[in-house]
Amino acid sequence: MASHPQTQNTVDTALSHKTALAAPRPKHPFSQSGFWEIIPAAFGVLWLVFTFYPILYMLFTSLRPQQYLFTDAPWSFPSHPTLENYATVLENGFFTYFANTVFVTVVSVFMILVVSLLAAYAISHARGRYTRIVFSLFLLGLAIPLQATIIPIYAIVSDLHLYDTLFALILPSIAFGIPLSILVLVTYIRDIPHELNESMLIDGATHLRILYNLVLPLSRPAIITVIIYETIQVWNSYLFPLVLTQSQSVAVLPLSLANFRGQFTTNVPAILSAVFLSATPIILLYVFGRRQLLGGLVAGFSK
Amino acid sequence: MSAIVKMPKTARRSTSFAVLWTLPALIFYVAFAIIPLFIALFYSFTSWNGLAPAVWIGLGNWRALFSDHVTLTSLLLTIQVMVISWIVQTPISILLGVFMAGKQLYRSVLGVLYFLPLLFSAVAIALTWQNMLDPNFGVVNPLLTAVGLSGLTRAWLGDPQLAFYVVLVIVCWQFIPFHSLLYLGGARQIPKELYEAATIDGGGRIQNFFAITLPQLKYTIITSTTLIFTGSLTYFDLFWVTTQGGPGYATRVLPLQMYITAFQNEQVGYGSMIAVVLAAFGIVLSFILLRFSGFSKMSSQLEGL
Repeated sequence: MASHPQTQNTVDTALSHKTALAAPRPKHPFSQSGFWEIIPAAFGVLWLVFTFYPILYMLFTSLRPQQYLFTDAPWSFPSHPTLENYATVLENGFFTYFANTVFVTVVSVFMILVVSLLAAYAISHARGRYTRIVFSLFLLGLAIPLQATIIPIYAIVSDLHLYDTLFALILPSIAFGIPLSILVLVTYIRDIPHELNESMLIDGATHLRILYNLVLPLSRPAIITVIIYETIQVWNSYLFPLVLTQSQSVAVLPLSLANFRGQFTTNVPAILSAVFLSATPIILLYVFGRRQLLGGLVAGFSK
Repeated sequence: MSAIVKMPKTARRSTSFAVLWTLPALIFYVAFAIIPLFIALFYSFTSWNGLAPAVWIGLGNWRALFSDHVTLTSLLLTIQVMVISWIVQTPISILLGVFMAGKQLYRSVLGVLYFLPLLFSAVAIALTWQNMLDPNFGVVNPLLTAVGLSGLTRAWLGDPQLAFYVVLVIVCWQFIPFHSLLYLGGARQIPKELYEAATIDGGGRIQNFFAITLPQLKYTIITSTTLIFTGSLTYFDLFWVTTQGGPGYATRVLPLQMYITAFQNEQVGYGSMIAVVLAAFGIVLSFILLRFSGFSKMSSQLEGL
């Protein structure tokens, strides 16, 4: 394993690329402080009001008792804050929708990761005409809008007798998660020196062993990126559940939010409590792993 | 056949290994992404209500498209979404990204708050804004009244002249954080030596921005532009939940028109034709933009991922 330190080096470099967002902030002269800083600062505060106020409104209103909806000033903190709206939401099937969403997300992301890892490993290590063509085919998927395939997917899912089940959501979610995951994983796994896996092969290791012992640990940042990006995609997806399910018992969160609106009609505080609750896992992710989350969001797109 | 025989044993083994290991991903991907694309193409030549057997009508749907005012209008709306989104989002995102890349502490604190919209689904965002803008129990009209601008109060999403632009404001609110995140990453990677040299040469902040920052962000601009253009084709959730395409046809963008045609009006064949237009539009656009940025440059960009 003489070349190991070098590998470590390559991986570190790749890592620092990946986590450019987490890197110490370079000191750019254009950001020098002084009197003229007042102009960007004013711009920054203005944008803050626009971008943050809707979230504040969501939070305030979710804490406002329904009977104060018309008497309180709508922009203010509630005069009698309460959690009863959250209770209303939780009593109206929220746990079912939450559990459905967790199930769909966990199964989809797990499957995306497994099949993409296998494919990305093969594409990186068995370079030839076949893998080049397959890789291009996967990359083409980045350009296919999933909206354009929803009608046939509905027909396929119906033929498979999966309509109105959680698996109806899982299968296409996996398909549309694969292209970007493979792109991210391939660009990362390619940086692992070929000699390493060649020498392990000569030592009699199977590809599965190499994947598990060498590739998996070395490509952790890419794997985390894929998990975060795909989790958010599947968690927030709306068109698949809208078209492929109809029963309350298999409703996922984005769909249930739209249903809550029909159910609660003018109970705005309850609707906004549901909105806030639906995002809790991702909010927690942001609080505890902001850099990973932001890095994962720009996944294959960042410079 | 002979080519395979001539291949060395290891190469053959490595091909069968590659086939085997790419198979699971290929099965899912081909079955639920590639095949549906071709089925949509097939449906687009049929007249089908989803129940009775589909009837082959050749180019019937495609000919009908040219006299279908509603669908052509929705296509035009989608192009407007692309153009307006780009014009509004790009400069603001660049400014915000460069702003957050600054070393001042308050800028990174603001950055933490700027990214909050990224945490919510399009449905969550749509519901929040819809309630804020509601003329009866919303907050926007009372705020305007409170600051003495009661003349500006509107039925924001109910006015056919206005609704489209109001939804576009929500689109910007949702997506500018993402694009500013891209530009933040790009701006952080600009070598600071460039600025040092320019400052010695007497470059001011604004000069440096145009002479160094903007050219250095070229590839980020291309990436962000690609994502805005292709993304604009697919806005469904936000438009559907805020307005359902209304009032009238004022916000019925192409994906909505497809959904309404196929699933509400049960014209599956015609809806598929719209889906094919959507897919072709997306794929052609991606390729043009990829061409424009240059394959080699794009792949060198990916090296640095």
